[in-house]
Amino acid sequence: MVASYVPLSYYLLLSGFLFACGVVGFLIKRNIITIFMSIELMLNGVNLSFVAFAAHWHALAGQVFVFFVMVVAAAEAAVGLAIIIAVYRTRETLNVDQVNLLKL
Amino acid sequence: MTSSLNLWLIPVLPLAGAAINGFLGKRSSRRAVSTVGLFFAGAAFAWALAVAARVSFPHQPEFVAHWIRSGSFTVDFSLYLDQLSLVMLLVVTGVGFLIHVYSVGYMWDDPSYYRFFAYLNLFMFFMLTLVLAGNYLLMFIGWEGVGLASYLLIGFWFTKDSAASAGKKAFIVNRIGDFGFLIALFLLIKHFGSLNFDQVFQSIAPMKPETVGAGLLTTIGILLMVGACGKSAQIPLYIWLPDAMEGPTPVSALIHAATMVTAGVYMVARSHVIFERAPSALMVVAIIGTLTAFFAATIGIAQTDIKKVLAYSTVSQLGYMFMACGVGAFSAGIFHLMTHAFFKGLLFLAAGSVIHAVGGEQDMRKMGGLRKKIPWTFWTMTAGTLAIAGIPGLAGFFSKDEILWRAYQASWAYWLVGLVTAFITSFYMFRLWFMTFFGDYRGETGKSHDSGTHGAHNSGAHDGHGGHGGIHESPRVMLIPLVILAILSVLGGYVGVPGSLGGSNHFDKFLGPVFHASAPADAENAAMGEKGVSEHTTEGPEPETAASTELMFTAISVLAALLGFGLAWLLYYRSPQLPVRIAASLAGAYQTVVHKYYVDEFYAALFVKPLIDGSTRILWQGVDRNIIDATVNNAGDAAAHVSDEARHMQSGNIRSYAGWIAVGSAVVIAFMIWMWTQAR
Repeated sequence: MVASYVPLSYYLLLSGFLFACGVVGFLIKRNIITIFMSIELMLNGVNLSFVAFAAHWHALAGQVFVFFVMVVAAAEAAVGLAIIIAVYRTRETLNVDQVNLLKL
Repeated sequence: MTSSLNLWLIPVLPLAGAAINGFLGKRSSRRAVSTVGLFFAGAAFAWALAVAARVSFPHQPEFVAHWIRSGSFTVDFSLYLDQLSLVMLLVVTGVGFLIHVYSVGYMWDDPSYYRFFAYLNLFMFFMLTLVLAGNYLLMFIGWEGVGLASYLLIGFWFTKDSAASAGKKAFIVNRIGDFGFLIALFLLIKHFGSLNFDQVFQSIAPMKPETVGAGLLTTIGILLMVGACGKSAQIPLYIWLPDAMEGPTPVSALIHAATMVTAGVYMVARSHVIFERAPSALMVVAIIGTLTAFFAATIGIAQTDIKKVLAYSTVSQLGYMFMACGVGAFSAGIFHLMTHAFFKGLLFLAAGSVIHAVGGEQDMRKMGGLRKKIPWTFWTMTAGTLAIAGIPGLAGFFSKDEILWRAYQASWAYWLVGLVTAFITSFYMFRLWFMTFFGDYRGETGKSHDSGTHGAHNSGAHDGHGGHGGIHESPRVMLIPLVILAILSVLGGYVGVPGSLGGSNHFDKFLGPVFHASAPADAENAAMGEKGVSEHTTEGPEPETAASTELMFTAISVLAALLGFGLAWLLYYRSPQLPVRIAASLAGAYQTVVHKYYVDEFYAALFVKPLIDGSTRILWQGVDRNIIDATVNNAGDAAAHVSDEARHMQSGNIRSYAGWIAVGSAVVIAFMIWMWTQAR
């Protein structure tokens, strides 16, 4: 039993660390591609906590949920990258601070 | 009597006329409008006559429809017919019909001919509702309705500013009186649980007269009197009636002389059961009546507008009626109401005929010498003048004499003031008569009357025929009502010749069942009352011993009337330059009277100006602007302000959004953790 050797809290700490990295990256980076990667990082941080809990409680639901998250993330990546290309073609920049037309 | 009299037809007929003329009249010819108007007014009169022929008293109240049923309190549409309402019914429909006939001629050239007849019929409907009502609430409906009709007709020429504001004045002043009436009704509901005449009077009948202090009945009586003061133009609410002369002359005759203004007298007489048990309230009625009679008569002396003289005369005669009611002589009051309807209706119509003849002029100083030119008008007006002045043998003599005699039995003070008033009445009426019909014509010979102070009056009606051929007699359709009313003014008094003059006072006997049946249970006690409101001496058959005394008093009042005639003859016929000199020598007093004792100015300073100022400063600028408007505006401004600040959050900067989301999530998580620690 692998789970008994590595305590749950380690997984959660790693998961929290990954998520925090994602958040920080999202907030401080200006390049859309980097921000996009930060989102993926956050998602995977959460995925890690899902599987860790699932293994700890012997509940399959968490594992199944991770697959859903991955599918959605893949779809999101497809759409998101398409949007990024469209943005780059029209505005010729990837700096989010300059893509700010949607406001009052 | 089992067979129904179908009383409901009487008010409904004029209503139908009003509806037809009101809705269809605009497209109909004048002939059709007058046919409809006359037919429905005449039908009401005919039905009233039929009812009078068939009715037998006591007549059960006629139930028409349910109205209000709330617990034990019920008010129905029910019509009540007794001798009192029958007299009123015949007066209102009869005089009303004659005035309708007259109006056909008088209003023929008016562009709003149909509107006039619709309003007149509407007035008849409400007045008949008032008269026939079987309970106070239905009476109040009629009461308000005649007020409405009066307002509409005073302001008939509403494009004229003075007419429009006179209408408003009448309505507002009446509203003050109505307030008292309403409170009286609420008190009746509270203490007797009903407004039906039968039930209210039955529950009051066993009560003792309130000889000491003011109790419930006194309060109700005085409040009813406040209502009557408004409608019947008594002090202090009489000010609207002279202004009401802005209306067309037939309106002044019908509403402001013959019928509507007597509604207050009718109401007081109808409520006699209450008043008989409230001597202090009766005393208030008598004093107000006496003062009004005298006060208005003195103003009448100095008026120069022919209709204004008659208006103040009406106020004064109404005062007589209240004086009669106030001394407990209700039937004498109603008798005078009836004869007054004849001769004052006649006088107004004749005045209208004079105004018509001289092309819209109302100033008597510009009349004169009309006797030969308009003989029919002259002779009918003479009949009316003699009747109101109290010349023996005519209607006004009998009724006024009856009132003065009853007043003397109550107190010599009422009699004395009444006698002086009779003298003044005779004086100002003959003054009007001499100024109008004798001497030389003082108006301009041309047809175009100047638009000076009075020339503007009636312009609506007379612009049309100001130009056809100088002074001329009125058409026959106007003269026939004059002649009929003149006959009634001469003969109308003979239904109530007092015992001392060899008559048997049929009128008093006829009304007897209404007023005698309900006299206070212990009349002895009432006789001890301050004013001796004892039904068995004042209203019952007169004691024989009094007959010679009464004759003497009759002689005195005839003397007063003749004195008035003599003085008027001296001043306005024999030496017409004298009045000017007298007026000059009495400058101060004369000016006061000419300005109607400055009552209008006094009211304006005391009530109107403070009200307008208060409304402007406190209600409009203070409450409305600074509180109500300010609340709404500030709420709107604040919302706009906050939104303006908040919208900057949507900056378009994606990283700031992310920052907000992060902060928000952190707050939510922190809150949940806090909740979790609390829950443990």
